[in-house]
Amino acid sequence: MVTLSVDASKIEIAAGTNLLAACLQNDIYVPNLCYIEGMDHPPASCRLCFVEIEGKDAPVPACTVEVRHDMAVRTDTPGVRRLQKTALQLLLSVHDVDCKNCPANRNCALQDMAKFLKIALKSKHLDLFLKKSKIDLGHPFLEYYPNRCVLCGRCIYVCRAQQAHTQLTFAKRGFDTVIGFFGNPQSSPPSCDTCRACAEACPVAALLPKP
Amino acid sequence: MSPADHQPFQAGFDEIRKAAATRQRAFAEAPVPRIHIGMATCGIASGALETKAAFEQALARHGIDARIHTVGCIGHCYAEPFVIIDHPESGFPPIFYPEVNAGKANMLTKLFLAEGDPRFEHILGATEENDMIPWIGEFSRFNQEKRVVMEKCGHIDPEDIYEYIAAGGYETLPDMFRRSPKEIIQQINDAGLRGRGGAGFATGLKWELAADQPGDAKRVICNADEGDPGAYMDRTILESNPHQVLEGLIACAYAVGAHKAIIYVRAEYPLAVRTITKAIRQASELGLIGNDILGSSFDLDIEVFHGSGAFVCGEETALIRSIEGFRGMPRHRPPYPVERGLWGTPTVINNVKTLASVAPILKNGAAWYRKIGTDNSPGTAIFSIVGDVVHPGLIEIPMGVSLRTLIFDICGGIPNKKKFKAVQIGGPSGGCLPEEFLDTPIDFDSLTEAGAMMGSGGMVVMNEDTCTVDISRYFLDFTQKESCGKCTFCRIGTYHLLTILERITEGKGSPADLKNLAQLSQDIKNGSLCGLGKTAPNPVVTSLRYFKEDYEAHVSEKRCPGMMCRPLIAFYIDLEKCARGCDACVGCCPVEAVFTTRNRKKGIDQSLCVKCGECMVACPPEYDAVRKVSPPELAPIIERPAEPLKDEK
Ligand SMILES: Cc1cc2nc3c(=O)[nH]c(=O)nc-3n(C[C@H](O)[C@H](O)[C@H](O)COP(=O)(O)O)c2cc1C
Ligand code: SF4
Ligand code: SF4
Ligand code: FES
Repeated sequence: MVTLSVDASKIEIAAGTNLLAACLQNDIYVPNLCYIEGMDHPPASCRLCFVEIEGKDAPVPACTVEVRHDMAVRTDTPGVRRLQKTALQLLLSVHDVDCKNCPANRNCALQDMAKFLKIALKSKHLDLFLKKSKIDLGHPFLEYYPNRCVLCGRCIYVCRAQQAHTQLTFAKRGFDTVIGFFGNPQSSPPSCDTCRACAEACPVAALLPKP
Repeated sequence: MSPADHQPFQAGFDEIRKAAATRQRAFAEAPVPRIHIGMATCGIASGALETKAAFEQALARHGIDARIHTVGCIGHCYAEPFVIIDHPESGFPPIFYPEVNAGKANMLTKLFLAEGDPRFEHILGATEENDMIPWIGEFSRFNQEKRVVMEKCGHIDPEDIYEYIAAGGYETLPDMFRRSPKEIIQQINDAGLRGRGGAGFATGLKWELAADQPGDAKRVICNADEGDPGAYMDRTILESNPHQVLEGLIACAYAVGAHKAIIYVRAEYPLAVRTITKAIRQASELGLIGNDILGSSFDLDIEVFHGSGAFVCGEETALIRSIEGFRGMPRHRPPYPVERGLWGTPTVINNVKTLASVAPILKNGAAWYRKIGTDNSPGTAIFSIVGDVVHPGLIEIPMGVSLRTLIFDICGGIPNKKKFKAVQIGGPSGGCLPEEFLDTPIDFDSLTEAGAMMGSGGMVVMNEDTCTVDISRYFLDFTQKESCGKCTFCRIGTYHLLTILERITEGKGSPADLKNLAQLSQDIKNGSLCGLGKTAPNPVVTSLRYFKEDYEAHVSEKRCPGMMCRPLIAFYIDLEKCARGCDACVGCCPVEAVFTTRNRKKGIDQSLCVKCGECMVACPPEYDAVRKVSPPELAPIIERPAEPLKDEK
């Protein structure tokens, strides 16, 4: 067991625990999208879970740090908030904010974080860029909405954990990156039909089982 | 009894060296002329294959017995294809001829090789001191260089291991095996060698960290991914002297205790792939790679891995993922590759230039290396200098030389009497520095302090006709496309930067855009996962800092000071200068925007003009009548006559 301080609280937790998990388990909310408990090498790709750790000169993603004894962590400094707000605004600047028609409405990681960070869902100072294709129906059992996806990669991670052969991957590069199905498989394992792990892991209803 | 008998591992090597010396003597002492032709990618692209074929045919035609010796790149791009002709019988020293095309090859064969006239008007210089022809060693493009890594480039045939050995290559191996890995690391530490892949991390320390890891399932990787636009140092070294890299790689593996090494080279470098693959084969045949090297009981296997050409795969963690068969996406560090790298084993990744610096250090000692360069950045820096300089090319200089010396003395300054405006150092991750920084010494720390970085060594020099906004847009376009798409800041943030820059270059920017650019850049630098995202805003940050007036002119006056941004410029024809009826501009305009005015001069129809500037190039210099202006409203309006004039029909 180690003891560390996070903001005003003292936390006692098993050595080696992931710092983000430690905060969340102790009801200290740190915005996050891409971390799943138990990951061996977290992707640290959403860049939302920034915290400041005493002795480090810049904010670091909490999901990349293991707790240490006597660690002093701050989750709400101006530097942290600035990065979190920008990251969320960037994600929203490519997001089809159409909550009324979205199955994730009221159960959406983006709505929760926007409320927590006190930012508008529609940004005033960033342009909105939506992809031309609103939906990808290439998979026999799944539908994919690129303009909802935050590319957190949770779907890929859970799929890899469930299936011998991953059905999902990141495809294309740069701004065009999307989730792909390795081309358009005509013969996905029938287990896809019943598995649904990816859809359940998706924080924003970008991957849904076909009706 | 020779001293070698007391020196373990020496006898085997001496035998190889003897064979190399014998071959070398046969080549050097043959009483025939020798024609050295630079045949690296740069030479071939400028026509060296045709030059070589022309020499072969001409020699056959004239019945001359001469040796054609294919060598690598000597670094003088402006002179490609270059040829050095060593014709002892003529009484002249070996002569360096620049830009030798097939026609010149024929001519030199006939007039110099057959008739003994070296054709002075085509000579750049002699490669040895003499009293007939100026010696190139006295030219500043040559004598201010300090060649450690590229010493043998352009002098030996990269496809013949014996030439490298005859020139002292692989000499460090027997001695190295007599020393402990710790001593090797110590020597690299003492030399103060820093990684040439960009960040300048201490090489000895990196090796030490890997050496301290338990077990012997370790790996070393030579990073030859080199994806920066405009950078070609690593390619040139692999193509011109692959064995010096191998020699360093063997030392690295020995020092850290690895038995597997990989050369990661991009598949778009076919000649480099071929040269290094052949070099590995030749070194294996001589027992310099493989099992029980020179009887030392040290085993090392070297493989070549073909990268698929993504810039981000040069980043070490992405490089590792791509070898493992995954999508080349960087991962968070720690763990660093030296702890957990390829296939989970401790892995050292070093740049080509870093590894190529190792053999000279082992051979000449740490103190010798320390004497080159500066205290914090010992050794040499290699730059590929392109853009507006008289003598572009690959240049190896001691660290600490100023940018001014490099650009104005060594590279001959800015051509066409233009003024210097900026220099972009470190490629897309680097910064754009103005004239005030010309006295900055070139070393890792000074460049970083100025806001640029050593990067992998790409340098673009720009004259006054350059728009720094457009240059930033160019680099952002590159990094945006090459981003792996993993993390939020880089994937989406750089796209916003790019679209804002595009807007500004189109004259549609606003003051709010400038503020957004600065803030977003800061967040992308602080928030991104890997070096690509962390450095991608550098061109914007530095140009905003040092060339603010360029941005402001675009935004508030809709004017492009460098006159590069097409929507903000216009071409017109100065009627005072236009020669009646010359018509040069009419013929070259791709959209027929040039018309004949009432008084038979020419005018440009602004509604048709696509601003390609062809007319400006075509207008004969004695008239020099085409003008470029920004903002476009400055162009006087010249009416197109309603009825075409008679002679236009
Ligand atoms: C986007 C990106 C691209 C890179 N490309 C290269 C490259 O092409 N060659 C290289 O040697 N290092 C490259 N690096 C640096 C490597 O990650 C690594 O630091 C380097 O190979 C270490 O070698 P060194 O210690 O000899 O410098 C790149 C880094 C980043 C962030
Ligand atoms: S589909 Fe959902 S889970 Fe998958 S990357 Fe997109 S947002 Fe994340
Ligand atoms: S910074 Fe860019 S290249 Fe690096 S991990 Fe993030 S998205 Fe990929
Ligand atoms: S949860 Fe840590 S970066 Fe996404």
